[in-house]
Amino acid sequence: MTDHVVCALSELPPGKAKRVMIGTRAIAVFNVDGKLSAIADRCPHEGASLSQGQVGGVIVSDRPGEYRVRTDMKMVRCPWHGWEFDMDTGKSWCDPARMKTRSFGVKICPGATLEEGSYSLEVFSVSLQDEYVVVTV
Amino acid sequence: MTQELLAKAKGATDDRARTMIVDCDIHPAYTSQAEMLSYLPLRWRQHVQEFGLFSANPLMGALPYPRMNHGMRRDSYPAAGGPPASDLAFLQEQLLDAHGIEYGILQPLSPGHLMSNTALGVALCAGTNDWQIDKWTGPEPRLKGSLSVMQEDAQASVTEIQARANDRRFVQVAISPRTLEPAGRQRYWPIYEAAAHYDLPVAMHSAAFGSRANTGSGWASFYIEEHFAFSHAAQTALVSMIFEGVFDAFPHLKVVLVEGGFAWFPAMVWRLDREWERHRREVPHLKRRPSEYIRDHVWLTTQPVEEPPLSSQLDDILRWVGMDRLLFSTDYPHWDFDHPDYAFRLPLSPGDRALLLRENAVKLFRLDGASVERRGA
Repeated sequence: MTDHVVCALSELPPGKAKRVMIGTRAIAVFNVDGKLSAIADRCPHEGASLSQGQVGGVIVSDRPGEYRVRTDMKMVRCPWHGWEFDMDTGKSWCDPARMKTRSFGVKICPGATLEEGSYSLEVFSVSLQDEYVVVTV
Repeated sequence: MTQELLAKAKGATDDRARTMIVDCDIHPAYTSQAEMLSYLPLRWRQHVQEFGLFSANPLMGALPYPRMNHGMRRDSYPAAGGPPASDLAFLQEQLLDAHGIEYGILQPLSPGHLMSNTALGVALCAGTNDWQIDKWTGPEPRLKGSLSVMQEDAQASVTEIQARANDRRFVQVAISPRTLEPAGRQRYWPIYEAAAHYDLPVAMHSAAFGSRANTGSGWASFYIEEHFAFSHAAQTALVSMIFEGVFDAFPHLKVVLVEGGFAWFPAMVWRLDREWERHRREVPHLKRRPSEYIRDHVWLTTQPVEEPPLSSQLDDILRWVGMDRLLFSTDYPHWDFDHPDYAFRLPLSPGDRALLLRENAVKLFRLDGASVERRGA
């Protein structure tokens, strides 16, 4: 497992998603209200880029005519067929056992701490004052 | 020539031997209503500006069933602006080049098909045809057009077909399957006669489209029901054409059922044959078994692909339908897009893959430049 600095936190403000490459692996990184998550950026169904998907609450209903949106549970919807994935586990809502994408550890690290770790820095010049998104693969 | 172009194209440069692809269902869009109006004569331009227009295009008017993201792939909006599939350069990049598509058949879903005012419908279809040449098939030879005709006015449809039949940038005639009367009725026969005469298949695009309600008991409540009901439209049109005697009258007619699914198809054929064996006396004008007409006259596009719980079951379905009558399609830029590499969730032999993704369409639409078969109908 290696930590990879993938972008500055300022490039991934709340409400945004970003496709990053670690080697040949495409990863979708999301910032939902300040909470980061990272999953493989490839829908396991037909291959769409999940970073292009819409993030939203899960809509639930007990009977016709009564609906509510669970804002505590946010999922990304595939930009093509609408498969919904939990951004923490990579599991889909409708078929979690079979339709799932890989999830990765992700954290925010201050630039000042990056000097000491064993990070993979490929394209970044790191400023000590800024914060960075670090994905573990 | 096309091979050379594609070899240069982005996404087709890797060394893997790829099956070249014909995509039989691409939905081009007008950039704006002004663009559509520019293809209408002044009389109808003023009419639309004053009275408005009902349209099957979600970004041009009201769809009967609003759907997620207006029914579009969320990644298909051109950076240059405008609705999905309204920008040739982006369509070339995201669809044709990215997937190695040798030919793409346009299904423009002209609002003309839906008009109760048939004269306006005729004008809109003619405008859609001019626009396909100007914006798409003229500048991009990989794209081929569908001759939109206002099916409720058969004579006007024939005039439009005759005027353009020699333009090989059009490879089929497009009508809506949810016609005012069942599609086999004689009021539509002049269209079939003209199409058969010029060897242009008649495409019926089932989805999101038609004058009539989408189920036998009216308009269903939800888009999810509408999406399933595409198959009803395709079945109703085809069964009517068989039993009204269309294929006896026009033995060279070819019909393509577009975007209606296909798993239902073998069960329908089995049932039609069985019922015909028992009730043949009701339709003594039929000369052959229903399955024989279907074998000679009918093709289906594959999108939205069937996804049975066990992928191996798809193999049975494909064989029951017939590997030689299925035409790959993506439905770009719509949300239920099928990817040529991942839509069929089973290993296909190279031969079957070539049939599905290319050969059947090349033969049906004479994309290899085979000569026009002029036939008396």
